[in-house]
Amino acid sequence: MLYVVIVFLAFSILLYVLLGGADFGAGIIELVTPERMKNKIRARTYETIGPIWEANHMWLIITIVILFVGFPAVYSLLSIHLHIPLLLMLFGIIGRGTAFVFRHYDAVQDEMQRVYNLIFTVSSFVTPFFLGLIFAASIGGKIDPGAVDFLGAYVWPWLNGFSVSVGVFTVAICGFLAAVFLVGEAGNEAEKRFLVTRSRLFILATVLAGGVVFLAAELQDVPLVGLLLGEIVTVGILLLATVAMIVLWIQLPKAGRLLSRALAGFVVTAVLLAFGYHYFPDIVITSAGENLTVFNAAAVGKPIETLAWALLLGSIFILPSLGYLIYSFQKEKNPASHRG
Amino acid sequence: MEDLLAARWQMAVSLGFHIIFACIGMVMPFFMATSHYQYLKTKKPLYKDLTKAWSKGVAIFFVTGAVSGTVLSFELGLLWPKFMLHAGPIFGMPFSLEGTAFFIEAIALGFFLYGWDRFSPWFHWFTGVVVGISGLASGILVVAANAWMNSPAGFDFVDGQYLNVDPIAAMFNDAWFSQALHMTLAAFVSTGFAVAGIHAYMMLKGKNVEFHRMAFVIALLFGGVAAILQPISGDISAKDIAVRQPAKLAAMEAHFETGKSVPLIIGGLPDVKNKKVDYAIEIPGALSFLAHGDFDAEVIGLDQFPEEDHPPVMVTHIAFQIMVGLGMALVGLSLLFFFSRWKKKEWLDARWFLWLFVLGTPLGFIALEAGWTVTEVGRQPWIIYGVLRTEDAVSPIPGIVYSLFLFVGIYVSLAVVVTFLLIRQIKAVPDSLRKASDPKENPFPSNS
Ligand code: HDD
Ligand code: HEM
Ligand code: HEM
Repeated sequence: MLYVVIVFLAFSILLYVLLGGADFGAGIIELVTPERMKNKIRARTYETIGPIWEANHMWLIITIVILFVGFPAVYSLLSIHLHIPLLLMLFGIIGRGTAFVFRHYDAVQDEMQRVYNLIFTVSSFVTPFFLGLIFAASIGGKIDPGAVDFLGAYVWPWLNGFSVSVGVFTVAICGFLAAVFLVGEAGNEAEKRFLVTRSRLFILATVLAGGVVFLAAELQDVPLVGLLLGEIVTVGILLLATVAMIVLWIQLPKAGRLLSRALAGFVVTAVLLAFGYHYFPDIVITSAGENLTVFNAAAVGKPIETLAWALLLGSIFILPSLGYLIYSFQKEKNPASHRG
Repeated sequence: MEDLLAARWQMAVSLGFHIIFACIGMVMPFFMATSHYQYLKTKKPLYKDLTKAWSKGVAIFFVTGAVSGTVLSFELGLLWPKFMLHAGPIFGMPFSLEGTAFFIEAIALGFFLYGWDRFSPWFHWFTGVVVGISGLASGILVVAANAWMNSPAGFDFVDGQYLNVDPIAAMFNDAWFSQALHMTLAAFVSTGFAVAGIHAYMMLKGKNVEFHRMAFVIALLFGGVAAILQPISGDISAKDIAVRQPAKLAAMEAHFETGKSVPLIIGGLPDVKNKKVDYAIEIPGALSFLAHGDFDAEVIGLDQFPEEDHPPVMVTHIAFQIMVGLGMALVGLSLLFFFSRWKKKEWLDARWFLWLFVLGTPLGFIALEAGWTVTEVGRQPWIIYGVLRTEDAVSPIPGIVYSLFLFVGIYVSLAVVVTFLLIRQIKAVPDSLRKASDPKENPFPSNS
């Protein structure tokens, strides 16, 4: 049963990065869109993520619940040592969610829109940055459970080159996902051309940031090169991802909506998979050398069993209805309904 | 401010903020579904307008509920890591089921908000009902988790170890039913009277009177019935804690000395040092009767507990008086409403009548916050009653007071913005009435 829980944990993280990521990315794209295009991109964003926005962020909540029910030691340790970045991420989540809805439901369209837009774009950037940073800090090996000084216990675990570079990498990935996703929604040629350029820009940014991550890891003694050398599986996965990225680059202007999205999704999934494979079964790596793994940090006995059943039961309800929701709104979209 | 106090305040502020949006999220879908049903049956366009007007408000409240809830699921760890280390696996069952309920709610809301004129009318109506039912389910589940903190069950506590954990038994602890019942009713009372009050005010202003009357009646039908049932459910809760958490009951009643045939104390200021209550009205034997159904029964007082296990008497007592006092006032308003619908139809338009309900707008929510203060402060000094002390659960990180200030700042700004948006939304109602006849009208303004 523990494996069911682990699979769900991995699955929720993956879906949060993919769906939530595309969602954050839309705000990041908005940030790098010239003023004259902004309104169009905004409308496009709203049409695409409006109906599923709320469902996207549920994956984060599921992840958190799985952590505190199934792996309480992990939840507790990260809450203590990564208190500060977690708070900053929360501020991002609050700002983003509220600004997104407020700007579309405000009955009057006036200067308040400027405020909402500012909060929306800035927090679209802040949230994934800290998400990536927290993820990196958890496996970066700088958490010191025995530290007594403030900086050592609460700051250095996450304020370091490796974590920051993974934060930037995550932002790039989100922008990449959203750009590719939005290409499929473009209303006219000009818009499409614009979005294709953005997609390529973010592909470059992702590759570049990925390089920086490895560099930072080397400098900080985080054993990450194993990901590239030595492990045949991870090397294979990353190679496939690279191929997919190249195909995407070339085919983007012509490829159908489904293909380009599938490729983009595949790239991100592959990166996460390689990371996951490389680190399994560790979740938290501490400087003391005693790592928390999905095995030694799991709750003992019945809680794991009931959690697994609750998750299985839940997915029987959720997956079909979520699928139907996405299907309904995809199906009925037609070019005529595209205003902008 | 010391860190423990700051953490307690931060938790209280966050929960006190979330609960308002959670209640609205639980109850408004039922109001919308009722009005939507009326529309489908009678085809009166005003009902459609009402449903839509409400649903825009709900979208704003929903997102605020969702983000504040997300904050809470992190805060449990950020503030109380040592509590979650042990409690997580034990009281996690409701949270894992709640995930499903939230998800269904979010999906159904997607269908409902974006589904006008896209699906068959009854399927569309049904998605609205699903929003309500799953909202209620999540409310009940999370209250079951809170009830576990009051009435720990489903594990053996041996030498500081939590053994033989059974999450199902933990979920169905002794307190879950009474708390869930009382909470559900409270959500209907507080939202019902708040909504009715706002629409009563609009009727007084003479705008779209017919529209606002429909809204007023729907809100009060739900709120009124719940308000009348509330004291009954409150009595069940009181009888329950008299047995389970006698220290909390004693603090609520400022009952210092154990004795038989104990009077009920109404109002008054507890004087904790001298163990007496000043300026109170006493009803002989009534507390014994309310707690145990017998005027002569013994009621345990605070003297049975060591000083360090006493909850803060002043806060608990006053909060309890506020809840019960407002509860009774709301029962009065509800009876007045039902009486006038039955016998005195002309009152429904009278200005004094509408003003009474305008004044009633905040009362339900004040009672709700007061009630939670009773439950949570009355549990102190325990975070898990009788098992783990709050002071032993707090995070070791220093400077929690700064995050408290930040959160208070954020919540105050959010409250201001939400109020501002709501006022704009209400002012915009005549607009939507004019457009109402156009079936293709886009229900959501997009700034394209
Ligand atoms: C509209 C709000 C509202 C109203 C009118 C009342 N209550 Fe209440 N009360 C709550 C809202 C509330 C609550 C939702 O805030 C609490 C906190 C925890 C809970 O389960 O319900 C609560 C708790 C609570 C408790 C503590 C339960 C526990 O700790 O387990 C008692 C004994 C009562 N109530 C009793 C009453 C009585 C006798 C009322 C008579 C009119 C009353 N309440 C009206
Ligand atoms: C008695 C207390 C509580 C009640 C009755 C309650 C009820 C609800 C309801 C009905 C919602 C749906 C939001 C809406 O429709 O606007 C909600 C949202 C949420 N609540 Fe609470 N809640 C309570 C306390 C908590 C606590 C303590 C937590 C955290 C551990 C929590 C976590 C959440 C989360 C994560 C959401 C967002 C779900 C979403 O995105 O839809 N809640 N709550
Ligand atoms: C939404 C309605 C709720 C409100 C308004 C509320 C209110 C409060 C208040 C006022 C405190 C501070 C008590 C004190 O320190 O004197 C508190 C503490 C706390 N509450 Fe609640 N509460 C609610 C529901 C819940 C739920 C559903 C849970 C968990 C499942 C919960 C968990 C906690 C925890 C962990 C603390 C901190 C420890 C403590 O002070 O005992 N609360 N809450």
